[in-house]
Amino acid sequence: MTATPNTVDELIDRGYEHGFITDIESDTFPPGLNEDVIRALSAKKNEPEWMLEWRLKAYRHWLTLEQPSWAHLNYPPIDYQSISYYSAPKKAGDGPQSLDEVDPELIDTYNKLGIPLEEQMALAGVAVDAVFDSVSVATTFREKLSEAGVIFCSMSEAVQDYPELVRQYLGSVVPHTDNFFACMNAAVFSDGTFVYIPKGVRCPMELSTYFRINEANTGQFERTLVVAEEASYVSYLEGCTAPMRDENQLHAAVVELVAMDDAKIKYSTVQNWYPGNAEGKGGIYNFVTKRGDCRGERSHISWTQVETGSAITWKYPSCILRGDDSTGEFYSVAVARGRQQADTGTKMIHLGRNTKSTIVSKGISAGHGQNAYRGLVRMTPKAENARNHTQCDSLLIGDTSGAHTYPYIEVRNPTAKMEHEATTSKISEDQLFYCRQRGLTEEDAVSMIVNGFCKEVFNELPMEFAVEAQKLLNVTLEGAVG
Amino acid sequence: MLSIKNLHVSIEDKPILNGLNLEIGTGEVHAIMGPNGSGKSTLSYVLSGREGYEVTEGQILYEGEDLLELETEERAHKGIFLAMQYPVELPGVNNMVFLKESLNAIRRARGEEELDSVKFMQLVKEKAKMVKLDEKLLKRSVNAGFSGGEKKRNEILQMALLEPKLALLDETDSGLDIDALRIVAEGVNALRSPERSVVLVTHYQRLLDYIQPDHVHVLSEGRIVRSGGKELAHELEEKGYSWLKEGAAA
Ligand SMILES: Nc1ncnc2c1ncn2[C@@H]1O[C@H](COP(=O)(O)OP(=O)(O)OP(=O)(O)O)[C@@H](O)[C@H]1O
Ligand SMILES: [Mg+2]
Repeated sequence: MTATPNTVDELIDRGYEHGFITDIESDTFPPGLNEDVIRALSAKKNEPEWMLEWRLKAYRHWLTLEQPSWAHLNYPPIDYQSISYYSAPKKAGDGPQSLDEVDPELIDTYNKLGIPLEEQMALAGVAVDAVFDSVSVATTFREKLSEAGVIFCSMSEAVQDYPELVRQYLGSVVPHTDNFFACMNAAVFSDGTFVYIPKGVRCPMELSTYFRINEANTGQFERTLVVAEEASYVSYLEGCTAPMRDENQLHAAVVELVAMDDAKIKYSTVQNWYPGNAEGKGGIYNFVTKRGDCRGERSHISWTQVETGSAITWKYPSCILRGDDSTGEFYSVAVARGRQQADTGTKMIHLGRNTKSTIVSKGISAGHGQNAYRGLVRMTPKAENARNHTQCDSLLIGDTSGAHTYPYIEVRNPTAKMEHEATTSKISEDQLFYCRQRGLTEEDAVSMIVNGFCKEVFNELPMEFAVEAQKLLNVTLEGAVG
Repeated sequence: MLSIKNLHVSIEDKPILNGLNLEIGTGEVHAIMGPNGSGKSTLSYVLSGREGYEVTEGQILYEGEDLLELETEERAHKGIFLAMQYPVELPGVNNMVFLKESLNAIRRARGEEELDSVKFMQLVKEKAKMVKLDEKLLKRSVNAGFSGGEKKRNEILQMALLEPKLALLDETDSGLDIDALRIVAEGVNALRSPERSVVLVTHYQRLLDYIQPDHVHVLSEGRIVRSGGKELAHELEEKGYSWLKEGAAA
């Protein structure tokens, strides 16, 4: 999905975020991280005492951790003391002054995706004065949701307005002790999204961050929490096909999903952060912890992701299949081209009986791109009759790209059934010739082959998203061959 | 339609075609026969514009135009079609989608209107019936897991759909059962018209019983060493190629 006018609002119209208006003109914290910084951050956000304590506990734990080095990634060490951990939304004059100052390749991509000029400016971080009228859209949207009893708001708001819910679920899926980046996020998370679907409610629309007027600048340490009560359903769309530029190079988000008995959560992501210029400079490092807890019986969590952006992606949306008869799914397309590096995959932890998981991973590498699939399937002793099907396909374009597969399988129950299929293929000169002989250009041929390769994953995306994802992939891979 | 003069072609500096001359008139059907490795497929690849074939000497005119100046897809747009000796598999690419994209790419290039899905479906079903291709194959990935004969038939379906001006069939008859052979022949005969030309590369006289060629050529060591009428094919069937080689050497 390209940016809708609403996105632009999200990026510009920060004033609507309640409780934030007075802070808008305020400064940015000086770089550095210590307990005082966290206290100040918490105070800025007017957080209750328990929230501050939660952050501090995480921070103290973080000090004992080391940055993981096991992923198949190459990047210079990050200086965490050089980052500013609170930054008021950008004002005019902060970012590039005009589109002339923005990487021309980025502009080119915007044009190919058909994004209007004003939105391009907003996406690229150029200060824009124009006022867009989408307040009414957002309002109708909110009304409809609240009629259904659905809560959909920023994490900051949720901490103020629904403290009990937040306190009950925050960190219950991804505890601060989980990993280096998740721990850091717990200490310094800037904002994010909170979704709560009450018992028996089918969320009346797809929830998308675009429609959230107060979504603006959730920043580099985003935190999302989705709770689906008994027999409820929600489909959540995250991201944007338009490449987003950001001053902040390091992004360490956390997403937690909780599904109770018979609940289903469908979480779809299209990630297209700025991958950097041709040498990979300026690209985003995207270190994300995403985990769903199938806490209830017959609960169902499905992750679908299309990852085309970022200089570095480190991301393993996972499912804990705790409830009996629960189901976890992971459908992924990850593209690494130019100097991009992607290390992504999933973890399926089977705890309950008759739990089922499906993994479909499609990795595409072009140019000097390096794509790694890393997946864990764990069948614990209590997981009677657990089943997993994993399909892991890699597609190489050109001779300098790489694909790597690291499946980890642990089976501690003899009744468990596992199937694993893996293929690596290359777009061959034969195939391109064949297509061109039938009148297609090389680019058409590549996109046709790539889309065919990704079909199973695109089929899982909501219709509109799927079309956009397909378009995005074509633009991303343009000129990848030859 | 096609005029090849003194064509020399190398692959990785190894000469494969050594001064090949061939004139193909509009509306004509030519058969090219010759021993394995003599350069028949090489010729069809050079004509259709495959990369990696270096023309070191000579000239090819297609409808009066320098063919070698054209990109592979431009040649396809201008009506050159190659039914490949080994049709390529495109896993994940739906056969129907492929056919539609291909047809519409060619129509677009010619400034014709693209066919919508309904019209396209009608057309493709009609053609599939003509070449007796199981409709199930239309729903599968292009050639992926197709039997040898199914792949060849799929090539003929594409040819029937794209209606090329110059069709090059590289051993389309190899590996076909008798029924399929007849179908391929019918496909070619249906295409036959005063505006179209066909080049059949084949090892077998059998195909030529169904498709009566106007001319038969023998390609050996990168050169046409003998040309004649359809009776030449019979002669080759009886005597093989050695007598020609000796003749060429003498
Ligand atoms: N890519 C290549 N690299 C090196 N040599 C090649 C290559 N392609 C073809 N050749 C050689 O060129 C010669 C002609 O090959 P070609 O495929 O044109 O023969 P052909 O007449 O079609 O044979 P067949 O009847 O077996 O199909 C052969 O000696 C072959 O080994
Ligand atoms: Mg051959």
